[in-house]
Amino acid sequence: MIDWSSWLFDGLLAVGLLLLAWLTVISADLFRAILFFIAFGLFMALCWARLAAPDVALAEAAIGAGISGALLLDAYRVLSAPTLAAAPALSRLPGLLALLLGGVTGALSWVFWRLPPPVLALDELVQARLADSGVSNPVTAVLLNFRGYDTLLEAAVLLLPLVGVWIINRQTPAPLESIPVGVTDSPLVDTLVHLVTPLAVLSGAYLLWAGAHQPGGAFQAGSVLAGAGALLLLSDRLRPTATPQALLILGLILGLVIFCGLALGVMADGSPLLRYPPAHAGLLILVIETALTISIALTLLLLVSGAAGLRWGRRW
Amino acid sequence: MNPTLLFLLTAAGLFGIGLYGLLAYRHPLRQVLAANVMANGVFLVFIALARRGLANPDPVPHAMVLTGIVIAVSTTAFALAIIKQLHRTSGSPDPASAPPPSAAVDS
Amino acid sequence: MTWLEFGFPWLTTAIAWTLIILGALFFMAGSVGLLRFPDVLTRLHALTKADNLGLGLICLGLAWQAGFTPVAFKLLLIWLLALLSSSVSCHLVARYVLHAAAREQRRD
Repeated sequence: MIDWSSWLFDGLLAVGLLLLAWLTVISADLFRAILFFIAFGLFMALCWARLAAPDVALAEAAIGAGISGALLLDAYRVLSAPTLAAAPALSRLPGLLALLLGGVTGALSWVFWRLPPPVLALDELVQARLADSGVSNPVTAVLLNFRGYDTLLEAAVLLLPLVGVWIINRQTPAPLESIPVGVTDSPLVDTLVHLVTPLAVLSGAYLLWAGAHQPGGAFQAGSVLAGAGALLLLSDRLRPTATPQALLILGLILGLVIFCGLALGVMADGSPLLRYPPAHAGLLILVIETALTISIALTLLLLVSGAAGLRWGRRW
Repeated sequence: MNPTLLFLLTAAGLFGIGLYGLLAYRHPLRQVLAANVMANGVFLVFIALARRGLANPDPVPHAMVLTGIVIAVSTTAFALAIIKQLHRTSGSPDPASAPPPSAAVDS
Repeated sequence: MTWLEFGFPWLTTAIAWTLIILGALFFMAGSVGLLRFPDVLTRLHALTKADNLGLGLICLGLAWQAGFTPVAFKLLLIWLLALLSSSVSCHLVARYVLHAAAREQRRD
């Protein structure tokens, strides 16, 4: 009985994913394609939860579906009358292409069918050293301790698209649009901001703290805080500016600087890069994650809003 | 056929669908959507492989996919900024219709 | 919550399933409206009304199955927060549409 229902659920998930992906790619109307993509992202989040990856599910729902969706809809608005997208402009023989890609899919499927059983049980290795890592959530331990080098580089890579967007917007200044004041001075908006902003900060801080022993961590917390920031921008409490402020730049590079500093700092008594002393590993990871949360939140907020800087808007 | 294989085959399908969208359409926004579908297919391969018959799921692919999701969103934001800029300067988002870069690059 | 089962041990699950399926149907109606309606205001109407009710029913169904535990309280909180944010964002979008329409009229 259990087997039948879980097969049904997995099967429906798989069919739903493929169907939504197909509709995303094939829809004649670009707006609908974006909506299908958002739904696809949320289905993926469900899939991650099903495959026992709650950290990834949290991140996908917030970042993958939420922020990606907002970015795509904003781009759609700028491209307002799509000149090319009314009818799908196929550049080559669609039939031949579909056949070719059916071949690629078939080849991949054959590889997966013939996959040998796993040789290296990384899970056991992680569990064996989890006590030394300073946290009890294995994903956080891998992200911030065992594979900390990857996360260090990621903190740097995260800043690059932001700098790229700034360069592009500086070459041809994009009109800095903020919501017209006549729209946002409504008591409903005031209530929402007053209620939701503290709750968002609280849940972001909780996600950061709980990442040590439960699904959570810097990325999830950062995306919640970016959402709160987007709310402030939408309700005119924050206004976009064309150039970044010094404090903002400090916040953006805070994660990278502190991570680098601590990674190099532990070398002071002769240990290799990023080898935290096990006695203080928990504290070090918390400090690094806090700095990363701030940087990630600011980076995502600036990417979504398209602004280069922020200043306070009207009264609170 | 176990659940892992089901999700792996789904991921192969997603990769194929995304690749088709990327190659068959010329509108850059559609290509961004298709590339994101492909990326999600790759992430699904990682997470499905992490679940292969182990007692607890393997956390290393989880960490990699977490990193991948964040980087994918950042790259999407950059690509969309380029597309919006193309649309503003040349009237259409198609890179083929963009004006050629001027000889003198001003700072 | 055994006293609510009226002697049938499967009643809890049955009620929870019914509520969840009803919620899913409302969500589907809202999504169809989002895709098929012609302009922003009608889409907003379909989306927020149907989705709020759908989410409420799903949360109620899950809370019913969870019994009188902190999980049920968290589910109720999720519904209230989603209700708050979706209704205010609907309000904002509608105001923006009216504002833009008024600006168009003044220009003509």
